[in-house]
Amino acid sequence: MSESMAAARRALGDGAPMVELRGISRRFEKKLDFAGRLAKRLGAGVREETVHAVDNVDLTIRKGEVVGLVGESGCGKSTLGRMVAGILPPSDGSILRDGTELLDRDSAAARELKLRTQMIFQDPYASLNPRMRVVDIVGEAPLVHGITSRSGFDAYVDEQMRRAGLDPAFKRRYPHQFSGGQRQRIGIARALAVKPDFIVCDEAVAALDVSIQAQILNLFIRLRSELDLTYLFISHDLGVVEHISDRVVIMYLGRVVEEASSETVFASPNHPYTQSLLASVPRIESRKRAFSVVKGEIPSPLNPPPGCHFHPRCPHAMERCKVEKPELKTVAPGQRSACHLNDMA
Amino acid sequence: MTVASTPASPAAAPTLEVRNLRTHFFTRAGVVKAVDDVSFSIGRGKVLGLVGESGSGKTVTGFSVLGLVDPPGRIVGGEILFQGRDLTKMSEAEMRDLRGNRVAMIFQDPMMTLNPVLRVDTQMIETVLAHKKVSREEARQRARDTLGMVGIPSPDERLKSYPHQFSGGMRQRVAIAIALLHEPDLIVADEPTTALDVTIQGQILAEVQKLATTTGTSLIWITHDLSVVAGLADEVAVMYAGRIVEKGAVSDVLDAPLHPYTFGLIGSVPSRNKRGEPLRQIPGMTPSLLNLPPGCAFRTRCPRAAEVCMAEPEIRELAPGREARCFRPMNEAAEQAA
Repeated sequence: MSESMAAARRALGDGAPMVELRGISRRFEKKLDFAGRLAKRLGAGVREETVHAVDNVDLTIRKGEVVGLVGESGCGKSTLGRMVAGILPPSDGSILRDGTELLDRDSAAARELKLRTQMIFQDPYASLNPRMRVVDIVGEAPLVHGITSRSGFDAYVDEQMRRAGLDPAFKRRYPHQFSGGQRQRIGIARALAVKPDFIVCDEAVAALDVSIQAQILNLFIRLRSELDLTYLFISHDLGVVEHISDRVVIMYLGRVVEEASSETVFASPNHPYTQSLLASVPRIESRKRAFSVVKGEIPSPLNPPPGCHFHPRCPHAMERCKVEKPELKTVAPGQRSACHLNDMA
Repeated sequence: MTVASTPASPAAAPTLEVRNLRTHFFTRAGVVKAVDDVSFSIGRGKVLGLVGESGSGKTVTGFSVLGLVDPPGRIVGGEILFQGRDLTKMSEAEMRDLRGNRVAMIFQDPMMTLNPVLRVDTQMIETVLAHKKVSREEARQRARDTLGMVGIPSPDERLKSYPHQFSGGMRQRVAIAIALLHEPDLIVADEPTTALDVTIQGQILAEVQKLATTTGTSLIWITHDLSVVAGLADEVAVMYAGRIVEKGAVSDVLDAPLHPYTFGLIGSVPSRNKRGEPLRQIPGMTPSLLNLPPGCAFRTRCPRAAEVCMAEPEIRELAPGREARCFRPMNEAAEQAA
């Protein structure tokens, strides 16, 4: 029942907004140490270094949707994901969850909503406490939050493990006794045990072998329809994102450069960065071919280029791109892109 | 020791021919057959993709070719014929003469190649002088040219930098440049682009492709990524649990895999044609090399496994230029259905 409803809603594309980000920014500052402060006082040209990891991002995730968040290292995709999951406070902006401000520390409603967002991490080795048994890793949070009781605890944990494809017979074991793929399943069982409706997956399959990655991706797809989940799926792997996402958001140096449905992004990308990113991806369908090349490297986020961040690498860069930051504008129904070229047509 | 006689027609002879290579690790827990009966050959200017998942033995195969296997590992059998000479029978001095000169390696982590406390020019000039009697100035010139060749801008200034002053992609380019200094006949590249971003990976693959075609260097490209192999390699060998289970021309293997493992691996790669649908996954996980099931190692995960698979399959030619280690290859299903 819920499966067909979710599918219908996805087809219509008018699910209610579940998460809304408004003007979210996150800066990381490196404060000067004593020697630095002294040098500054004496007139040396040292200054505090600031990284704009996420720079004024607006993003809406609708109920039932899978949003893929793509970008290369240092583009701020993980920082954004952590803010959405509520484990990293933003420097500016607001996050609305089902219409309620999530950053309101004192509100019981906000705390309740945070529980309904869970995160699955990249490294299945680092994200599980090595001293805890699986039964406690999975069962601790639901017990604390009163989702299960002492008497129903074992049955509850068994159910969570089975759903993630783990044999409940192994629940007395420790994480090191499992393989990478199984550990990722433990992470999934832990996340789902508190009955969330929104999951942030940060490179959740990046560390896994191809055949195991396929198993975990299939699990994500199955759980989505079984539990009517909404995902923010963060990955650098365009193949994975294309496979699983309904909508794709592409980031470059802290800003969103393009956002559209998965079909649109991969069929007719608008932003030059998206185009060059897609051209660089090795495809299994391709045969012995010349790899196309984006020139240059990703600039340091400590000192990003002015104007459009992509202009030093962009084949179409104009004078305007060097001075003026392009706004994210609608270029086609459901497709937004931040590029000055769209104003020329 | 006498050097093996040169083959009758050196032009037609492959650059490298590996025959029945066995590299085993003698650990306290038992003998790990990391590489077990691996044979392949690679012609001049060709690119061989060596594909496998973690623990399949692809890296140990590469290390064996360069004689870099450390105890408790040892090459226990087989031949590695490089231009007709058996590398397994060479003395350490002869190997040193060959390594970095005629045969070079590019590692996944460029810091395996680079010394963090030496400037790039020191390291590169040292490498040139190790195998060639030239002046320092000529060596510096060679280093500068090679850096330019791999796409490093303003090589003169970059030569004076330390490795930590380069980005990850640039560092890997320096490592590739060092491998290219003596225009080797064979390069073994072990996942050199795995840690890099997509656009940087694209740049390096483009450079490597250009080099292989222009210099005639043969290349063994070790990777877990079938998509990279699809675009780069001429031939592919798929490894599973220390053995090659299938090999052939890239287009043949990827279009019509013979071994069920290759078939499953291709089905596991997400691609545009299968969006939103479940991937055709391989059940279970890679068995421990210490504890392989008897018979075909893939048997326990194989959808086509039958009684016959309890015996150990040999690799055999199933079609012209196509080999697979399987009793019940995928093409038989097609024949039966037809």
